[in-house]
Amino acid sequence: MAARTLTIDGQLVSARAGETILEAARDAGIAIPTLCHLEGLSAVGACRLCLVEVVGSSRLLPACLTPVSEGMEVRTASERLQANRRALVELLFAERNHVCAVCVASGNCELQNLAVQVGMTHVRYAYLTPQCSVDISHPQFGIDHNRCVLCTRCVRACDEVEGVHTWDVAGRGVNARVITDLGLPWGEATSCTSCGKCLLACPTGAIFRRGTSVAELERDPRRIAVIVASRQERW
Amino acid sequence: MAGKLKLATVWLGGCSGCHMSLLDLDTWLIDLAALADLVYSPIADQKHFPDGVDLSLVEGAVANEEHLALAQEVRHKSRVLVAMGDCAVTGNVTALRNQLGAPDRLLQQIYVEHGDARGVLPAAPGIIPRLLDRVVPLHAVVPVDHYLPGCPPAAPQIRALLKALLSGAPPPAGGRFG
Repeated sequence: MAARTLTIDGQLVSARAGETILEAARDAGIAIPTLCHLEGLSAVGACRLCLVEVVGSSRLLPACLTPVSEGMEVRTASERLQANRRALVELLFAERNHVCAVCVASGNCELQNLAVQVGMTHVRYAYLTPQCSVDISHPQFGIDHNRCVLCTRCVRACDEVEGVHTWDVAGRGVNARVITDLGLPWGEATSCTSCGKCLLACPTGAIFRRGTSVAELERDPRRIAVIVASRQERW
Repeated sequence: MAGKLKLATVWLGGCSGCHMSLLDLDTWLIDLAALADLVYSPIADQKHFPDGVDLSLVEGAVANEEHLALAQEVRHKSRVLVAMGDCAVTGNVTALRNQLGAPDRLLQQIYVEHGDARGVLPAAPGIIPRLLDRVVPLHAVVPVDHYLPGCPPAAPQIRALLKALLSGAPPPAGGRFG
């Protein structure tokens, strides 16, 4: 496969044609924060955390979706990008009710980790404190919309890996919610196979196994990539 | 440095867990006493917040008029102000009531509708402070210099912050949010 040479943060990087900036950067040991990206799933560029500066482009571009090109000059950590990322994470905290102290995922949460990674010490915006429901109609799993960041990793894991598409997104803007079977309670969503891949994919405490209480949730989202990789032999 | 530093700790809308964590410093509190005088605290007998405090640790969210007035007084009289614990940093559990609507409606539900047969709204002007419409983190009402998250922050985190700030060094970075 053809190689492409580019610079990322001043470092000369070699990548395969068709690779994204994110893949090239990670191969070179350059960390770009992500949230909606999960290895094994398609990229959607929803969270905007991986936005980078590319010389010649007036817009910021999502590293997870932008393919590398020959001679490309990428900056991943300018002051502007760092300020943007901090603001994005603060807005995620402000939009729902992320009360870490009473969350099943506390200590195992990608949103908490992101806060530290981007240097967030507090949220400068007013909390929206929306009224969000918790659906525990499914016998094994629950969905707490207070903790959902709308990354759609559950939607893509269910659709692309389990091949079911129980999950989707309804509503717009701050009223958007992930839903099961066109808005039925999860326990009545007959398409759900109870496989638990949405639980593996969720970055926060939004989707949880019932019976886990505060700070007990552990999971390994890399299992998605393992499932996809092990299928490639046959499919 | 002339004289010992003046340290204060303040308890706003929180459960006092952060102060319990402070007390978990056990014998290091004796070392702390050599570095600073505790001039105001829920664990010290001092009725009024004094002038010229070097460092104030504030636990709890701002939930009522008394918290708001005290937060402003503490800021005015403190050189360095730390939001200690998740309630002061984010609102946390204290702010859970924000999702449930205006405080008058909440008080009515809790004390009258779900109270006993003689349930009345608690009202004692000058004694029971009025609730604010919304519970807010400390930085929403006064400028905050440093943030120490955790519910509660572990004693070693409090010690690391106190050691740094009392020696004039920047606070330790990293840790975890929430």
